Amino acid sequence: MNESIGMFAYNIPFASIFLMMISAIITPLLPDKNRIPEKLSCVMIGIVGVLSAYLLYALTAGGQSLSFNFMMGHFPAPWGNELRAGPLEAVLSLVFCAAMLLSLTGNLSSTAEDIAPKRRNIFCVLVNLLTASLLALTYTNDLFTAYVFIEINTIAACAIVAVKESPETVRAALRYLIMSLVGSGLVMIAICLLYDLTGHLLMQDMSRAIHGLVASKSYIMPLTVSLALITAGLAIKSALYPFASWLPDAHGSSTNASSAILSGLVLKGHIFTIIKIFHRVYGLDVIHLLRMDTVIFILGLVAMIMGSVHALRQTNVKRMIAWSSVAQVGYIFLGVGLNTTAGIAAACLHIIVHACVKPMLFTAAGGLSNAAGHKKGLHALMGTFYVNIWAGLGLIAGAFSMMGIPGFAGFASKLSLTLASFGHSTVVWALSALAASSVLNALYYVPAVIVVLTHNKDAQKNFTAHAPTMSYKVSMCIFLALNFYLGLFCMPLLRLITRGVSVL
Amino acid sequence: MNEELRAIWQSFFNWVMGIGPRPENEVIPPEPPPDLPFTQRPNDKYTRFHEATLKERYTQWLEIHGLHLFSALYAGLSVLTCVVIVALLLATVAELPPFGHEGNPANNEVIRRYVERGGNETGAQNIVAGLILDYRAFDTFGESAVLFTAAVSVLMILGASRRGKTDDGESPHTESAGRNFLQRGPPAMSLHTFRRDDAILRGVATLSIPAILMMGCVVVINGHLSPGGGFSGGAILSTALILAANAYGFGRVHDFFSERTFIVSSSTALMIYAMSKGYSFFTGANHIHSIIPKGTIGDILSGGLILPLNICVGLIVAGTLYGFYALFSEGDI
Amino acid sequence: MLEKLLLNHYEAAAVILSGIGLTNLLLQRNLIKKIIGLNIMDTAVYLFLAAKGYVAGRAAPILIPDGAGGWITSSSVYVNPIPAGLVLTGIVVSVSVTAFALALTLKLYESYGTLNIDEALMKMTQEQEQLEARIDEAQEEAL
Repeated sequence: MNESIGMFAYNIPFASIFLMMISAIITPLLPDKNRIPEKLSCVMIGIVGVLSAYLLYALTAGGQSLSFNFMMGHFPAPWGNELRAGPLEAVLSLVFCAAMLLSLTGNLSSTAEDIAPKRRNIFCVLVNLLTASLLALTYTNDLFTAYVFIEINTIAACAIVAVKESPETVRAALRYLIMSLVGSGLVMIAICLLYDLTGHLLMQDMSRAIHGLVASKSYIMPLTVSLALITAGLAIKSALYPFASWLPDAHGSSTNASSAILSGLVLKGHIFTIIKIFHRVYGLDVIHLLRMDTVIFILGLVAMIMGSVHALRQTNVKRMIAWSSVAQVGYIFLGVGLNTTAGIAAACLHIIVHACVKPMLFTAAGGLSNAAGHKKGLHALMGTFYVNIWAGLGLIAGAFSMMGIPGFAGFASKLSLTLASFGHSTVVWALSALAASSVLNALYYVPAVIVVLTHNKDAQKNFTAHAPTMSYKVSMCIFLALNFYLGLFCMPLLRLITRGVSVL
Repeated sequence: MNEELRAIWQSFFNWVMGIGPRPENEVIPPEPPPDLPFTQRPNDKYTRFHEATLKERYTQWLEIHGLHLFSALYAGLSVLTCVVIVALLLATVAELPPFGHEGNPANNEVIRRYVERGGNETGAQNIVAGLILDYRAFDTFGESAVLFTAAVSVLMILGASRRGKTDDGESPHTESAGRNFLQRGPPAMSLHTFRRDDAILRGVATLSIPAILMMGCVVVINGHLSPGGGFSGGAILSTALILAANAYGFGRVHDFFSERTFIVSSSTALMIYAMSKGYSFFTGANHIHSIIPKGTIGDILSGGLILPLNICVGLIVAGTLYGFYALFSEGDI
Repeated sequence: MLEKLLLNHYEAAAVILSGIGLTNLLLQRNLIKKIIGLNIMDTAVYLFLAAKGYVAGRAAPILIPDGAGGWITSSSVYVNPIPAGLVLTGIVVSVSVTAFALALTLKLYESYGTLNIDEALMKMTQEQEQLEARIDEAQEEAL
């Protein structure tokens, strides 16, 4: 496998994690003048994104779908740590890097306003660590490594909420931290149980041992409990509905760049970890046997509806978008709960769509509320479209995408979820929930769009009329382009993901 | 009949919307001046009951009873959850492989290689040191990164803000909230008072700090030969620093261990760790011969990279734990 | 089942401890107590892992000289070393997380004068209402 993709591509997973780590470690030593740390982070994330794109090309060139294991150190699989890369991992790390970069560049000015200069350096360290942990979660093939990087992810994610200095963010970060810690405690217990039952920590060896246990019908009860604990732990961290109470505070109060990163990427890292554990540790047949797919499916349905219902009641635009994330996480879990290759592929497509659209929405909302003089109430945004057209366009495109209007990104993933649910026994439930949730989405996004588009002569006098910066415009352009690309030409991507899922 | 129905409906509608005629005897208190602290604001909200709509009445009810009800519900639910989880886990534990038994699934070929070939493959006498710093070194690198993340975050939260306070006065929020709600006792940051005349503490510290430092160094340097290593040794070293700060004052420690030293030493140590481990991962994965000698088991210079890695980790841990202490008690390193 | 529980009594104790920790974490209003609950939960996991690594009658996993210049490397002499490594990682993670949580708690106390997260929320909303009222008033005066 090493020969067929070339040595350069073979080392990319390792190199991208280490590049981000080294950039995080070196950032505190840099002088904090001229925004050097921010530039370094952006350049590093860009380089890793390009590397991931090359890896994707190398793995899928000529219609093949390769995957390989990368030995971390001198010792092979059951003894040493391992990374694993396939088309799906490459696509996800590319999307994570792109969304991270755009979230940073799009919100440069609001970051500069919200974060004290002394803290900006550390903000860059945290963003780098977050990227490194997301990449490690994407590539790792070892359950305990996943746990360690989940912890890095947790601390860094809470810290980028608290980076904006206000009592509200401290409270939100604490709440987020405590919920996350309950989650990682459950994950840790589950990993200990699994280690005790199988004697391995690497995913494929664990999987072999688990299949042996299931075949001999021994230890079924501990296996079920470990699966339930690990799913519950990661579901808390990825804000599946009954455990999502921390999300609107954390995502709504933090600075725009943090909200975009948290909503678009951090949740996705944990969801992808769940998908990987289901697929590679337990195997879809065991998941079905232990009935976990039904539980996930039902929770996904509930989250789709309840997230939107909560979003309807919000008056703060950022909190509304945050609750909408809960609904979107529900869509992803619906796909995972279908427990078929098509369902998981649709879930992965929705991960990608949401990772591109949600940062755009937060960036747009940040731009609009900036134009309205830092007010976040929905009614205060009246007429802001005409002050910051790019932000207005972003909000409209994002809203249409979340509603699932054809041509926008959200349509592609909803369509593929619909297609995946055909032939499944729960098709009626899935389709009616998809329809209901789309209507609910429209109920809160359409008023927001109308408010933004309404002319308001009185209020417009008070608006701070400083034009959006160049970086804001460029990032928004790329966001919009990505949105339309995903909406109109998603089929090749979906095929790619399906191939990636089949070799996961 | 129709008229009557309509009248009834109208009055019901008015009642729901809260636009009915106001009763004669209702008292409307004047609006309170807005700049009273909320604790002293007269409780006028609930006197104008008839004017409130159904929704407002619901919110009022929720404001009075909601929190109480919610906490009771929450407490009940969490106790229930915990009992269920404990019961489930107990049932699980009962089914787990028996305690201390040789034939358990965990005692498999993985362990066999670690024990039988670990000495030769890593050069470390302490199998656990070889395991965490060579076989599964990526986990341990992540673990050091966790500590680094936490150190950086705590420095951000506690360090920068308080220094900012001394620069340009109190931040506006602490002015309003901190003063209003926290009137007894000194503020949380100056709990630590340094006394110059504590002869016993100073005497003991003078005697024991060299011993503690030596102990810490021994534990770090012998990490690959005996129990211990970077994390435990670093923790011991940090206690020496904390004792010194308590006995001689933070100023004296600050002379040789400032925030800049802390950041530079942690980052450099972690950087050396990352670079050397990166080299080892790279050579291992690409089957390139690594130039690092393993040494003979039991020697002080053995175990390949384990000794330098332990020293790096020791530096990070010592600095970080002392940093936590200084930040929590003084708000500065 | 009770017999088996008595056989696995370390694990059973660990599980009960983790239940106590989890209850504390969920039920306590005071953040410091919540964090203590979290630490109890972590400690329970270490106890569980230590119990899982033990094999009756074997030595700690540090090579013992065989008296002839070599080392005893038979795998039937030493206990399982992996749980020790996992516990070490767990301890470091728990130290980091505890420090971070306490730093946030200290900050919360400085801002609100309370260690109760719900009380902090109440104070925050009340203050916000006051602030908004004041801003509205200022705007009306300006008009």
